[in-house]
Amino acid sequence: MKAPIFNKTNLMGTVLSLSALAMSKSSLAADIDIKVTNLTQGIYFTPLLVTAHSDDLSLYKVGMAASEDLQKVAEGGDISGYTMTLSSTTADVVENPAEGLLAPGMSVETSMMTMDANTHLSLVSMLLPTNDGFVGLNSWEIPTEVGTYTIYLNGYDAGTEANDEIINGGGMPGAAGIPVDPSGNNGTGATGVTMEEATQVVHIHRGNLGDDDIAGGHSDLDSRIHRWLNPVAKVTVTVK
Amino acid sequence: MTRFKLTAIAVSALFLAACNDDDDPQVMEMEEMMEEVVPVTTTYEVTVQNITYGQPLSPIAAVLHDEGQLWMVGESASESLEKLAEAGDASDLIALPVVLASAQSEGVVMPGTSTTFSISIDDNAMSNLSLASMLVNTNDAFTGLNKISLANLEVGASWSSFVGVYDAGTESNSEVTGTIPGPADGGTGFDMERDDTDFVSMHPGVVTRDDGLMTSVLTQAHKFDQPVAYVTITRTE
Repeated sequence: MKAPIFNKTNLMGTVLSLSALAMSKSSLAADIDIKVTNLTQGIYFTPLLVTAHSDDLSLYKVGMAASEDLQKVAEGGDISGYTMTLSSTTADVVENPAEGLLAPGMSVETSMMTMDANTHLSLVSMLLPTNDGFVGLNSWEIPTEVGTYTIYLNGYDAGTEANDEIINGGGMPGAAGIPVDPSGNNGTGATGVTMEEATQVVHIHRGNLGDDDIAGGHSDLDSRIHRWLNPVAKVTVTVK
Repeated sequence: MTRFKLTAIAVSALFLAACNDDDDPQVMEMEEMMEEVVPVTTTYEVTVQNITYGQPLSPIAAVLHDEGQLWMVGESASESLEKLAEAGDASDLIALPVVLASAQSEGVVMPGTSTTFSISIDDNAMSNLSLASMLVNTNDAFTGLNKISLANLEVGASWSSFVGVYDAGTESNSEVTGTIPGPADGGTGFDMERDDTDFVSMHPGVVTRDDGLMTSVLTQAHKFDQPVAYVTITRTE
């Protein structure tokens, strides 16, 4: 099993933020607070990756195949791929603001001082337990007007892994199965919901199926606990 | 009401005319007293449309309040909200100390239908509106609006929104016989025991026996998705 990676604040991100702060008087840099609330009843968010970036960059695109970076997040909660990729750009990055999992119903707040060209905000985090589900905000244009803005986010499927709903620790890209249910409400011994992932592009997640058989059945997930309806997250952005 | 208002203005004008100093504390005090006896009523017409297939909504409770909010995602539900979400009983909710005015729809709002009712408050056009109603064929699902500011809504203007469905987190979504008060079951409503997450979240939806939960009293007809209702608020005075 590969546990989700819990990175500390990226040094490069800190340096960039500080330099942005120093220039802020004469630039268009945005000073923003970001609050993310997990609206679900039984799905955890793995360590969040939050980034302000230029208009031409995106973490994923609905209808397009997932990048390797996205696959790492969606299948195993590992944001290190994105961190590496973004470090070669001018993007501002906040890694893992919740310092671990963001449990159902919980919120986390973080702040960013974005650089001039980083006009768009994105975030990703794996929905756990799922095979390759993630919550995402895709290139949301940061308003220049001071105020508080609310965005509701949907659950997506990376399209990289069959939604077998078998909890076996499988979190590496390409490995079948779900890493873990942090709440421990899962069953074991499921035969698997499906072996197929027909739509191999990013799409709206059709949801977990689950069952009520803790010692078998099709799914190791509980249909009364591990389902959700969109939206799965609320993001409040305060532009200061 | 208008007539009284005019009288009051006339009296205070007279009073002012009799004094040379506008800042005279006695004058100010008198004016305030005059205003108090002339309430300015603000009324909102609330229309709630049930856009589900098979989830009747319990009588819609509307409250106006300056302070507080009826629920918060991630926080434990109050017992008054628990009663609303498990039994469709809004009596405790509308009696909360923060509630300045309340109103309820005439009855249950059936799927595909809508209801309209009014809520009024005197001398306060700044208060927040909240609504709450149970999806009665569930264990503890509710819908509503939480602390909506209508301070900028002018007379004659409307505000509309689709509203979502929340889970009170106070009762396990077992869907078993005897736990759901709506017509699908006719079971128990409010039960003080909390055997679920004990925090408010968005609702995960119902599973139903048609989707493999053989212990469920619900069928495919009781499934729902977001949103479950469409609310229109019109300020009429």
